[in-house]
Amino acid sequence: MHVLMGIVLAAAAGGTMAKGELIGDPKAGQAVYARCFACHALTYNRTGPKHCGLLGRRAGSVPGFEYSAAMKHVNWVWDRKTLDRFLVDPIKAVPGTTMGYAGVKDRQERTDLIAYLEQAGQSDACPEP
Amino acid sequence: MSSRIQVYEASSFLAHDAPDRESRRSFLGKSGLMLSGAAVALLAGRDVLAKGSTSAGSDVNVLNSALGAELEAIAAYQVGAESGLLQKPVLNLAVTFQGHHKEHADVLAKTIIKLGGQPVSAKAKYTFPVETLKTQADVLRFAAMLEKGAVSAYLGAVPLFDNRDLAKAAASILGDEAMHWAVLRNALGEAPVPVAFMS
Repeated sequence: MHVLMGIVLAAAAGGTMAKGELIGDPKAGQAVYARCFACHALTYNRTGPKHCGLLGRRAGSVPGFEYSAAMKHVNWVWDRKTLDRFLVDPIKAVPGTTMGYAGVKDRQERTDLIAYLEQAGQSDACPEP
Repeated sequence: MSSRIQVYEASSFLAHDAPDRESRRSFLGKSGLMLSGAAVALLAGRDVLAKGSTSAGSDVNVLNSALGAELEAIAAYQVGAESGLLQKPVLNLAVTFQGHHKEHADVLAKTIIKLGGQPVSAKAKYTFPVETLKTQADVLRFAAMLEKGAVSAYLGAVPLFDNRDLAKAAASILGDEAMHWAVLRNALGEAPVPVAFMS
């Protein structure tokens, strides 16, 4: 009972679960997403590719977007794990990527950002293609 | 594609940003634009700008990311200026800020060439959510969002440069973008500087 309550409280606070697993807070992640606005949007390609449909998509696969050779060949599918790996240090994760950004270093912020992208992708903000 | 967005032909308003260097020189000459001290140092051929080196290659990637965003910002301000929604003196602000982005783009492109890279060109078409822009405040809010994103982008670029002169130049541009953001917020009647730290 205490364990269950702890998990519920951690989830409500956007905090940690057992074994250091973090719970993402989409609302906090939306604020983190503002850092991406120079290059990204949810529904259309800009300097960076659009983010609607990101979770579950193969890296380097948005039609009409010109990716680096590195991203085209990384052979990843974007999920929580691969996004976390990329966002912490894009250039180290995919050497040759054109995303010239140092990364989101704070683990909780990354988890929140990924939670936001996941939620946004299932919301009205991302209409069916 | 969402119905709320619209694709714009870039060729009509990005003539000054054609990839050839002559056009850029001509633009700078005609407009009388002055380069900042940081930009001049950047372009002056410091020995640390080692053309063709591994670190230069990585710096070129970062610079090209910034250049792509600057070219889009130029196009976005053009859409705002031509929207008919901006009244003076806000219209003048938009044109002035667009001019800054043109200067940034020019310096970035020249630096990329100096490092032996190929600068990205302006896209033939840009997509903007113009159907959500109904008032001057909407345009200002959209511009402020892009400027804040630009601050974050440069903040994320500065630590990546192997070359300190490049980091300094990027920080110089970051400061300019932050001023744009603050002035746009002020024009919206919002606190111009709402936070002590940017992220």
